[in-house]
Amino acid sequence: MLKVDEIDVYYDNIHALKGVSLEVLAGEIVTLIGANGAGKSTLLKTLSGLLRPKTGRIDYFGQSITNKPVQSIVQSGISHVPEGRRVFANMTVAENLDLGAYIRKDKKAIEEDKQAVYALFPRLLERKKQLAGTLSGGEQQMLAIGRALMAKPKLLLLDEPSMGLAPLLVKQIFQIIQEINQNGTTILLVEQNANMALSIANRAYVIETGNVVASGTAKELQSSERIKQAYLGGM
Amino acid sequence: MKMINRFWKFMLLAIIIYTIIQLLITTEVFNLFYTNTLITIAINIILAVSLHLVIGITGQFSIGHAGFLAVGAYISAIVTMKLALPFPLALFAAGVIAAVAGLIVGIPTLRLRGDYLAIATLGFAEIIRIIFLNIDYVGGAAGMVVSRTTNWTISYICLLITLIVIINFTNSRHGRACVAIRENEIAADAMGINTTYYKVVAFVIGSFFAGIAGGLYAHNFYIIQPASFGFLKSFDILIFVVLGGLGSLSGAVLSAILLTIVSTFLQDYAETRMIIYSLILILVMLYRPQGLMGTREITDFFTSRKKNALKGGENL
Repeated sequence: MLKVDEIDVYYDNIHALKGVSLEVLAGEIVTLIGANGAGKSTLLKTLSGLLRPKTGRIDYFGQSITNKPVQSIVQSGISHVPEGRRVFANMTVAENLDLGAYIRKDKKAIEEDKQAVYALFPRLLERKKQLAGTLSGGEQQMLAIGRALMAKPKLLLLDEPSMGLAPLLVKQIFQIIQEINQNGTTILLVEQNANMALSIANRAYVIETGNVVASGTAKELQSSERIKQAYLGGM
Repeated sequence: MKMINRFWKFMLLAIIIYTIIQLLITTEVFNLFYTNTLITIAINIILAVSLHLVIGITGQFSIGHAGFLAVGAYISAIVTMKLALPFPLALFAAGVIAAVAGLIVGIPTLRLRGDYLAIATLGFAEIIRIIFLNIDYVGGAAGMVVSRTTNWTISYICLLITLIVIINFTNSRHGRACVAIRENEIAADAMGINTTYYKVVAFVIGSFFAGIAGGLYAHNFYIIQPASFGFLKSFDILIFVVLGGLGSLSGAVLSAILLTIVSTFLQDYAETRMIIYSLILILVMLYRPQGLMGTREITDFFTSRKKNALKGGENL
């Protein structure tokens, strides 16, 4: 479905991604784990078109999306939930969801999808007329995910959905991520919480300072000594 | 249906206001001084509302609005005085050329954010002023003599057109895209909104109406001089928007009306005028830092309160 081939991304002079390659197959949950500053978010931003790779190639369903503008990438079915939620604080929950469907014009289907999002996150239905800025952190995360789903993505890019949330809420969010996946959306998940991410993913990539240093099925990585020591809290 | 209904209500109200004021003018209850104040109010509302679109809705902190006012004023004056063409045409030309100026300035500067954009737009306005200062064709520092053609009716028509266009733009899909940019540019980008495009569009529309205001302004007094379009003028317009409440159109209108009245009636006390004016600003900012209206609109008070307690209503 998505194939990333040897991409290099720079922030001015800083070489953030060094020849990163990875692949996501339809229907999978793939997770990217790594420490702060490893380049995980940079990779997601590059995939959604917010950043441009200097070299390398990104293929989506066999077609290059390497230098396409964000709008056409969103249109082709890749939705990005940016790090730190970034909801539209002075708009209501419902308006936030409407904006998620910004690139779509099929009004009836949009309404149906909105109801589907409410079904997935009943909490959002209760608060649909509330300003997004007044929601709790967990609710904002739900809204950010719901908003991304409104674009009807085939591939959902999630950037640190567990950030700043209580463990119980993290668990709930991860359950919902699995549910979204079972409904047919492929997921690429960036996480610091490696344990949690590996527990729901099919496959995983480990990034360190801009390089992919390990990859494999989630099970393999969970049992690898090196990964355990570096990311899963030793033992 | 609902939208159409609102439109006619708006038009009805507009016609009633016009008729009353026109009646007061023809019966000479309002003398020339009052009529002139009314025209100034209309011009200031157009300026406030056009800047509201850029700052309040799209969140781009542009403080060079007087630059577009100057472009509009000089272009319209050239069209009527030098080319001897009719006034409405001059107004339209003023808007169009100001919009073109907005496009030229907007494309490079709107990639800047926050303070940088503010400084760039301020710089632009100064450049415009200096250019007019140095063109002999428009009289240089001495200014240009312009016949007095602006009247209450044409100012009011321009005001209505401005309000209708900007309200409709704000309530459209495009308007929501602009608000999304104000709220969070990165998220708006990730939603597939072409942020640069919308920033430029809002800027160009804002410049267009500022240009029209410039045309009215030029023909409301007998002379235009580059000195009237300095950065203080830009700040005057900025103050309308901030005092009214960033993001509130009715707030911008209200504060444009209030401040115009205050500064007009304080004209007799030239020495104390600026002191009182600034005192008003300080007091409002101390007690209502969100501006007179906050982000609300006047219409919010007439629709069901319960709904608005949570700021609701699926757009409108």
